Amino acid sequence: MRVTQGTFSFLPDFTDQQIHEQVQYCIDNGWAVSIEYTDDPHPRNTYWEMWGHPMFDNPDAAAVVYELNECRKVYGSYYIRIIAFDSSPGWESIRLSFIVNRPSEEPGFKLSRTEVKGRNIQYSITPYSSDKPQGSRYK
Amino acid sequence: MPDGDKKLDAKARYSAGVLEYKKMGYWEPDYLPKDTDVIALFRITPQDGVDPIEAAAAVAGESSTATWTVVWTDRLTACEKYRAKAYRVDPAPNNPNEYFAYIAYELDLFEPGSIANLTASIIGNVFGFKPLKALRLEDMRLPVAYVKTFQGPATGIVVERERLNCYGRPLLGATVKPKLGLSGRNYGRVVYEALKGGLDFTKDDENINSQPFMHWRDRFLYCMEAVNRASASTGEVKGTYLNVTAGTMEEMYKRAEFAKELGSVIIMIDLVIGYTAIQSMAKWARDNDMILHLHRAGHGTYTRQKTHGVSFRVIAKWMRLAGVDHIHAGTVVGKLEGDPATTKGYYDICREEQNSVSLETGVFFDQDWASLNKVMPVASGGIHAGQMHQLIHYLGEDVVLQFGGGTIGHPQGIAAGATANRVALEAMVYARNAGRDYLAEGPTILAEAAKTCTPLREALDIWKDVTFDYASTDAPDFVPTTSVS
Repeated sequence: MRVTQGTFSFLPDFTDQQIHEQVQYCIDNGWAVSIEYTDDPHPRNTYWEMWGHPMFDNPDAAAVVYELNECRKVYGSYYIRIIAFDSSPGWESIRLSFIVNRPSEEPGFKLSRTEVKGRNIQYSITPYSSDKPQGSRYK
Repeated sequence: MPDGDKKLDAKARYSAGVLEYKKMGYWEPDYLPKDTDVIALFRITPQDGVDPIEAAAAVAGESSTATWTVVWTDRLTACEKYRAKAYRVDPAPNNPNEYFAYIAYELDLFEPGSIANLTASIIGNVFGFKPLKALRLEDMRLPVAYVKTFQGPATGIVVERERLNCYGRPLLGATVKPKLGLSGRNYGRVVYEALKGGLDFTKDDENINSQPFMHWRDRFLYCMEAVNRASASTGEVKGTYLNVTAGTMEEMYKRAEFAKELGSVIIMIDLVIGYTAIQSMAKWARDNDMILHLHRAGHGTYTRQKTHGVSFRVIAKWMRLAGVDHIHAGTVVGKLEGDPATTKGYYDICREEQNSVSLETGVFFDQDWASLNKVMPVASGGIHAGQMHQLIHYLGEDVVLQFGGGTIGHPQGIAAGATANRVALEAMVYARNAGRDYLAEGPTILAEAAKTCTPLREALDIWKDVTFDYASTDAPDFVPTTSVS
């Protein structure tokens, strides 16, 4: 399966040139761009690990693409995403978030059903890969 | 001012009998509205022979303290303060029988935090008033002091996006069709296919409550099976608007609690449940981490005709105060009424921190929303993937685009329909961000994306000629003209 979180997961994976274009769009809007990675793609895993701080005051998308490739050298088998933060009043949150790196194999998620009272079912979703300890989930 | 319009001294003013409203103090052309006043703008069509200023004063009177005759008990009150004051009457452009009347209301006329009380004054009695042929509430200015007495949207656009982990693009939805008759099991199938295919949300229709063909608990249970299956197969947070509209508040709370118990991220109500019920559900939604979707069922009965009723921009303002997170606000290009400029005005009211006067979009007042959350507008009704460039151009990024027929009617099935919409959307946002002239190049961008997406190719082929191009019944009165300078 393909984890389709993020703004562009239904498009073919981006080249570095395409990533550069999208990052420059964010920078031109005044947003701080950040790189995050994880080996836990659960839909509610909010806090992916930060590859450094958001790059405040950085005018050039090339610097982000450079850092992304540094991150890939270490975490190339992980999910990596680019996130753009907007500090404007009334927003103060993320404006764009898209996956730029993913494991070569994505085993997907297990859906567990626990039958509770009546016909109610409690659902829980677990990435198959999370059976393994953090750091050894994807190769 | 003509002598007849001047204010009377107290003795003449309070002698028993009938007086013109404008002489009773409801017409004050020199009045400067206070920052704390509520201001209403009415479009007035007086009966033949009725002076428009007297008509405006009558509207001010009947929507505040007046009755048809002089009453001495006025003098036991600070009646000057409580009288609404018509202070400006302008002829409406291009409509010789219509006038815009500006009326200011003292803040103490209204109970804090109650849309019911606000509307009982402003639209309570006055719309049936005989000296008027027709009356329309066009816009309102709500003072910050009053705005701050309302909770506002339970969740708001920003936190909704954070909860859904979805940024940078419009959300995608679909209303399950046929809207009536599916069993719970069959209904859940549509939800599963649409969410798995790429939509963020599916939606109950306004009249899906609890009927013989599908009782509400069945619908909720099957829908949540579908939502969780789709979430597991995509890794995304998914939702379905479970409509909790019912005959009583007690029943609505019961249904909402069950939706929460099942783990739904969103519930839904219809506008027809009434303002107080909406405010109650908004409070419940805030207390229970729930996004609250409002379907504007019934609004067309009073918003559509330009001479009589309440403009939808006013309903949108009331609903932002009342505290809903989503509101259907028009599509521009779809099957339902919606002039582009007027619709932009509605969207601005939902989404901006502050609205500025913009006559060309029908916004008559500056409005400070005082940090109330923003409402996510919903575009639904007769839209399809081939219009994606226009939808993004007119409606922007913070909107739910709902393709019901445009998903479920896809020749390759519901999931393919959903995928077509999602690919079209992502391709268009990508192109926009990359700096392309996406509005002009829209069809080309879609055709390029369709090269790697057969479902999109088929959607573009089947719906390419579908447009709904009819004259609008509610276009703005003011059209910008180029100035010569």
